[in-house]
Amino acid sequence: MRGATHAKWAALATAVALAATACGGGGDTGGGGADGVVTSSWGDPQNPLEPANTNEVQGGKVLSMIFRGLKQYDPKTGEAKDMLAEKIETTDSTNFRITVKNGWTFSNGEKVTAKSFVDAWNYGAHLKNNQKNAYFFGYIEGYDKVHPDKGQPSAATMSGLKVVDERTFTVKLTQKFSTFPDTLGYAAFAPLPRAFYDDHAGWLSKPIGNGPYTVDSYSKGSQMVLRRWDAYPGTDKAQNGGITLKVYTDNNTAYTDLTAGNLDLVDDVPASQLKNVSADLGDRYINTPAGIIQTLSWPFYRPEFNKPGQEKLRKGLSMAIDRKQITETIFQKTRTPAKDWTSPVLGADGGYKEMCGEACEYNPAEAKKLVAQGGGIPGGTLRISYNADTGSHKEWVDAVCNSINRALGNNRACVGNPVGTFADYRNQVTTQKLNGPFRAGWQMDYPLIQNFLQPLYYTNASSNDGKYSSPEFDKLVDDANAETDTKKAVELFQRAEEVLRDDMGAIPLWYQNGSAGYSERVENVSLNPFSVPVYDQIKVK
Amino acid sequence: MGRYVIRRLLQMIPVFFGATLLIFLMVNVMGDPIAGLCGDRQCDPATAAQLKREFGLDKPVWQQYLTYMGNVFTGDFGTAFNGQPVTELMGLAFPVTIRLTVVAILFEIVIGIALGVVTGLRRGRPVDTTVLLLTLVVLSVPTFVTGLLIQLLLGVKWGWIKPAVSPEAAFGELIVPGLVLASVSLAYVTRLTRTSIAENKRADYVRTAVAKGLPRRRVITRHLLRNSLIPVVTFIGADVGALMGGAIVTERIFNIHGVGYQLYQGIVRQNTQTVVGFVTVLVLVFLLANLLVDLLYAVLDPRIRYA
Repeated sequence: MRGATHAKWAALATAVALAATACGGGGDTGGGGADGVVTSSWGDPQNPLEPANTNEVQGGKVLSMIFRGLKQYDPKTGEAKDMLAEKIETTDSTNFRITVKNGWTFSNGEKVTAKSFVDAWNYGAHLKNNQKNAYFFGYIEGYDKVHPDKGQPSAATMSGLKVVDERTFTVKLTQKFSTFPDTLGYAAFAPLPRAFYDDHAGWLSKPIGNGPYTVDSYSKGSQMVLRRWDAYPGTDKAQNGGITLKVYTDNNTAYTDLTAGNLDLVDDVPASQLKNVSADLGDRYINTPAGIIQTLSWPFYRPEFNKPGQEKLRKGLSMAIDRKQITETIFQKTRTPAKDWTSPVLGADGGYKEMCGEACEYNPAEAKKLVAQGGGIPGGTLRISYNADTGSHKEWVDAVCNSINRALGNNRACVGNPVGTFADYRNQVTTQKLNGPFRAGWQMDYPLIQNFLQPLYYTNASSNDGKYSSPEFDKLVDDANAETDTKKAVELFQRAEEVLRDDMGAIPLWYQNGSAGYSERVENVSLNPFSVPVYDQIKVK
Repeated sequence: MGRYVIRRLLQMIPVFFGATLLIFLMVNVMGDPIAGLCGDRQCDPATAAQLKREFGLDKPVWQQYLTYMGNVFTGDFGTAFNGQPVTELMGLAFPVTIRLTVVAILFEIVIGIALGVVTGLRRGRPVDTTVLLLTLVVLSVPTFVTGLLIQLLLGVKWGWIKPAVSPEAAFGELIVPGLVLASVSLAYVTRLTRTSIAENKRADYVRTAVAKGLPRRRVITRHLLRNSLIPVVTFIGADVGALMGGAIVTERIFNIHGVGYQLYQGIVRQNTQTVVGFVTVLVLVFLLANLLVDLLYAVLDPRIRYA
């Protein structure tokens, strides 16, 4: 009897001790050095993890680790460099002949061939596969057969894609698109192994790619363990033993975990912590511009917002916004006042030019004059729509309105118009229900000036939510796409941007920076132009 | 007694249907969920239409509701937008939240009742006043303040615990979050027990027990406490449902991937299937907990049974 009691106490003590160690120490972070494992915060991806179905940053992080495409964007400059592509040849900007490098395999040993790409692109484009990035293949001939706007697909594959031999395939586009090769670094264009089609569910639960990391284990909604793939043939081998992505319910908790030393990397510093971040992390806080721009779009589909002469009104309102003050006080300098409609990550060669000029400078006197010349605000009150559920949009919309009201000397000139959820907001945006300006955020797919202009402002383009339309703009974009000389193409795009500027087709607000913080355990941490950490270069001390 | 149970079970049916219908309508009123799936850009119309068809969102709401309820009775709660069946999400989330709730309830029972007995027996003494003041503080400070404060102190400043709970969420890790979750209810349990004990201390049966010469310990546990626990048990029973549904704040603070987290994700992504599925189960938990409490009432106090 006595013995039994003792045993019970011993068991209890062990249990307590076990619980205590589980609380206090260790975890899964293996040793240091080249085999050290980095733990990083993560959010639950919204869509199933497939290259052509991932359109948000959380899933994109994983794809950036387990896939390499024909091109790879330089983490510093954003320049598209050949990765799996040996050469991409064209004479007319419409027909491309792509040769894949020898010696690349997927992590399961399968060779990466021309077919790996062609099959993957056909899968991504086909309507029945519900891929949210299908429109990336929209330039390829035969896309309208596999992905018609209405009705059922009439073909299984795109006629513009042909496998020539094991390492070569050709792409035929429906229009001239000189910078097409530079778009091929986007994740949607990644190659896929046979396993993806043969055992789709199995692949989704443990994706197989050809990148520097392999997926060791994936428990959906909680964490993904990635390990360095030692046989990786590329030059950008991982400098650490692996990355463990941990899903956090709240980025505040992730930040707290970082300061407590349980996490190595947070790539989304919560707004509420920005005040403390220098005290907490010192120079282990990164705040660099990313290819993201925020604008105010106009409902050009409404007659009262589409009158000649209103460009003065729009320019006046742009000048009534004190960008510098808002980015400093509300965003704690994690936004940079916008000076054009693209992003500084493009660099001067890529087409970034501070062409907004005085129209993006705060000038209340001029603003008041221009607004009056432009016929005043339709209906007397500007209602700026935004979604109130995420992203602390309320704060800056209110600040923008205050700035406008102050500049115009009219307390009723501008008010915010919150919409409850993001889904409802997007629904109202895409169905043209909004009757005033609305917030628009654009994260680039690839660092090209084309990507900042065409999808957003070309007549009836996929993300032209305000229905901006200018024949002159459209023509310049067409000309730019047809131009084979990159430098001239960029110039033409800039001329198109000038048209947009003169119309003030959208008010540029600010560029969003990527912000990250890391622990003392790791070094060489940086963010690429997409504001995703360059995981493979992180070193564990 | 049997008829009482049957009547209560029958009452559950309309409550169940009403609650699920309301949730269904509320989620649907928020607009088109597909619009939010493609981020800050428009889904191309063909893909959007295809997705709508697949999730059954192209049909009228009443038809969606009927199909949904039909599926629920066969155990199919639909699929979340990330391709996981909702039942799988439940399988991941509910065990975690149940563990958290168990920890919280244990705290309520052990600490709450113990403090209640001590203060009830020593009414007006310094111990009583101190505990009363403490419970007042706990009641007036919101959970998220207590949670963040404890997380900062124990997790970051002193390093006693990890600020974030791991995905496995073992019992050991849930002690502190459980205490935070239990804090408000714990204060109520303390106060309820205290009042009840203080009242019954002067009851005839206690005086008789003391007069019989029973040891003090036995008088308190067998006579005084047993009779004083009826309102406390009622409160704790009803609290089970409230804790499971209301853990959303605590779960967010301590990174617990439980029901609250899944519900939050479902609402933000406007994922009807997830939200309605989880709420349906929570409604069932509430109803069953309430039924259990009512039955316990009848068992503990025969007068209620015949009323």
